[in-house]
Amino acid sequence: MRLLDAVAWLGAFVLAMVEYVGELAVFALAGVSHLLLPPYFPRQIGRAFMEIGYFSLPVVALTALFTGMVLALQSYTGFSRFGAESAIASVVVLSVTRELGPVLAGLMVSGRAGAAMAAELGTMRVTDQIDALSTLSTDPMKYLVAPRLLAGTIALPLLVLLADILGVMGGYLVGVYKLGFSSGGYLTSTFSNLEAQDVISGLIKAAVFGFVIALMGCFNGYRSRGGAQGVGAATTSAVVSASILILALDYVLTQVLFVK
Amino acid sequence: MSKLKIRIRGLKKYFGPKKVLDGIDLDVETGTGMVVIGGSGTGKSVLLKSILGLITPDEGSIEIDGIDVLKAPVRDARALRQQIGMLFQNGALFDSLQVWENVAFGLLAQKKVSRVKARDVAVEVLAQVGLGADVARLSPSELSGGMQKRVGLARAIAARPAIMFFDEPTTGLDPIMGAVIDELIVDCVKKLGSTSIAITHDMASAQRIGDMAAMLYEGQITWTGPAEELLTTTDPVVDQFTHGRAHGPIKMALRK
Repeated sequence: MRLLDAVAWLGAFVLAMVEYVGELAVFALAGVSHLLLPPYFPRQIGRAFMEIGYFSLPVVALTALFTGMVLALQSYTGFSRFGAESAIASVVVLSVTRELGPVLAGLMVSGRAGAAMAAELGTMRVTDQIDALSTLSTDPMKYLVAPRLLAGTIALPLLVLLADILGVMGGYLVGVYKLGFSSGGYLTSTFSNLEAQDVISGLIKAAVFGFVIALMGCFNGYRSRGGAQGVGAATTSAVVSASILILALDYVLTQVLFVK
Repeated sequence: MSKLKIRIRGLKKYFGPKKVLDGIDLDVETGTGMVVIGGSGTGKSVLLKSILGLITPDEGSIEIDGIDVLKAPVRDARALRQQIGMLFQNGALFDSLQVWENVAFGLLAQKKVSRVKARDVAVEVLAQVGLGADVARLSPSELSGGMQKRVGLARAIAARPAIMFFDEPTTGLDPIMGAVIDELIVDCVKKLGSTSIAITHDMASAQRIGDMAAMLYEGQITWTGPAEELLTTTDPVVDQFTHGRAHGPIKMALRK
């Protein structure tokens, strides 16, 4: 009987996962299709852009700055064992632009803006505000979801661009003022090994992560049920699922963008 | 004989094994105020949401102006449903918008008028529900429960709908504010010449805003009659419900 119970549980789990993925795919397609077709809500797009982009600036900036600083320090302690200290600047700039900038910015924005989106839409769902939109001849997908998807996809690359600059600056500060590298030498080493593709690939990753953060925030909030507990569960689910997807997609995108 | 504005036949909605609506038949004549009463969890809100298209029923038909909105093409069904204005139980005002933006939301969303014009319209409509222009710039969270209901009513009537739905319009209000809201509802419906359906537990409110009444019990409409007969009818289910008797055909086991 225990074996049958386990099989039944596994079957139910697989069915639930398939249903979840199917609903998510339909939701994403609906959201994207609403982006393409009028009417558009520029005020909503602007508001979403402010929430995801502008208000995430401090947390992303601080994360990037300290990450660059730590990276330089750690690289120095590791590389000095085999006399490769001169590679620090290159390691910092490539790590930040290719990986750490998009991933860390994505995780921070997921925790801040993704959670806020899920909480807002979840509250709107449980207080009938989403139903009210429908009764006012306004498609909630078009009014609430599409602007956030667009804002997420545009805002995160801009944040990552800033994160790249601040991350490199953090490495420069530690390299020059603590580890004793010359300013000119550090900068030369930084830019001599940096290619446009390193930055562009990071920005492509950021655009995908931004879309995923907005999608998971909206999806979980939109299907929220019950009262405060349901909204809380939706918020947690939005952050956890977006974070896992960011890490998984980072691998996939690295494979696609860098592995020849 | 008046023309039917809404005609519902055999409407069924199940949530898993639970039969919430189990064959609803209901007629609402044009220009009439219908009040649907029934216990908590008996499907009154599901009935309204089914008519609005927010919930898809499992079986049955819902005709508005003689056209079945469940079978009509999406665009036609949407056009028919655009005639409906709804006052939600808790107001369902948009927190992120000011009061005037809530009231003029339909106009702004459909880009029918400029924001300046929409604001003027909103102030006019707010005046109809007894609220001054000073309220227009407030946020919904700054309003009392009664004011939120009035703003919700203003939003519902701003597009001058031919059909109006009221979901528990007096819930959470003191008796005096409840009476004020009822008076506003009657006044607005009369001025617009609308057909209305209200769901409520409040018998005083039901008699004030309804011309006709219907009892929803065990997923079906078990009684219909003039709203003024709600407290005098001999129907045992309605009698128990309207007088709040603990004993009668409505079993507590059903209310768990």
